[in-house]
Amino acid sequence: MTFASLRNLGIRCAIAAVMASQMTAARCEDSTITIDNFTFAPAQLTVKVGTTVTWKNQDDIPHTVVSAGKFKSKALDTDDSYSFTFTTAGDYKYFCSLHPHMTGMIKVE
Amino acid sequence: MSAFDHDHTNDDPRISRRKVLECMTWAGTGVLWTISGGVPRSLGLVGSAQAAEPAGLTFLQISDSHIGFDKPANPNALGTLEEAIGRIKAIPVKPSFMIHTGDISHLSKASEFDDADRIISQAQLDVHYVPGEHDFIDEEVKLYRERYGRGTKGAGWYSFDASGVHFIGLVNVVDLKAGGLGNLGAEQLEWLENDLKGRSKSTPIVVFAHIPLWSVYPTWGWGTEDGARALDYLKGFGSVTVLNGHIHQVMQKVEGNVTFHTARSTAFPQPAPGTAPSPGPMKVADDKLRSLLGTASIIFKPGNESLAIIDTPLQG
Repeated sequence: MTFASLRNLGIRCAIAAVMASQMTAARCEDSTITIDNFTFAPAQLTVKVGTTVTWKNQDDIPHTVVSAGKFKSKALDTDDSYSFTFTTAGDYKYFCSLHPHMTGMIKVE
Repeated sequence: MSAFDHDHTNDDPRISRRKVLECMTWAGTGVLWTISGGVPRSLGLVGSAQAAEPAGLTFLQISDSHIGFDKPANPNALGTLEEAIGRIKAIPVKPSFMIHTGDISHLSKASEFDDADRIISQAQLDVHYVPGEHDFIDEEVKLYRERYGRGTKGAGWYSFDASGVHFIGLVNVVDLKAGGLGNLGAEQLEWLENDLKGRSKSTPIVVFAHIPLWSVYPTWGWGTEDGARALDYLKGFGSVTVLNGHIHQVMQKVEGNVTFHTARSTAFPQPAPGTAPSPGPMKVADDKLRSLLGTASIIFKPGNESLAIIDTPLQG
């Protein structure tokens, strides 16, 4: 999935969240974040409560996904994935504990 | 070395840049130097056999074996480690010992450490290790410590003396903070301060750690958050050499009495800072790979202030 389509997905989810508040609960599509070139893409993603976000490592180097006190993946080798379901609204900052300059954020609404 | 006048009795701390560069040229007897952006940089080997004089302390640095790595940049990291160890075995003057500056394994698996041990032990040299971040990714973070951490403090730091040189192995790959760089932490810094306290300032110091202690390229995480504090404790010493791995390429810097030096990997090369989208493994032509992998040998001669560092690519 490309960066642009993920961003579009994020926007669609945000719109869906607004519509959902006026209708019955609608579950947002689950989201994927790719790890390429030591970068989380997209670095920021807005999702609805209940969304499962999956990180997939496409680098030749292992990475982790860690949000202090919230979630922590094991080391993801090439093509490994890690998923986390967000059940509470809030801002979830996360990073790679092996390469801490790699950071990202999930905004859960 | 006779081509230069090396007056090491001159204690003026404001030693001229020209003087430092001349001395660096001497210090790297076997290394061809170039000056890039005002900083000396080695281009490669110029006759290592002559440089390896039997007098003085000789030790080797090996780094970033990444046993378990099998991607296109080098599908056979075990094989290139084996080649490097083969060359070490062939050195005419047996070095006193070897230091390994981390990333022994790729994924901290027991089998990867087993393979690394099997190959490295063939050199029949004592090996002093510090861990890289790849050696600390097993769930309980215990495999490295069980194998290599005996007698060490904290996450694996320690010091020892050899032929009048004080060696300090530091760990800067644990407790890394989001958005940050390598990290030594308060406990280790306190230990370092105490380790150096009362030591004669004329003692040559060799510090080795995985991630560079100096700011090589923070954008790629190539530096240590609190490295400057460690260097503060080392300021008064006449000769300080800082060795590291992590960035898989040769790079040097001289700052006052401190010489910084990074070693090649035996597994795969990484790009020069900022020349690629990421610091990931760099695929090069197969016939070029071995010229970008290698080891370093370091010679300390009593009475001289500098260490001679000789980088040896697997293929010239």
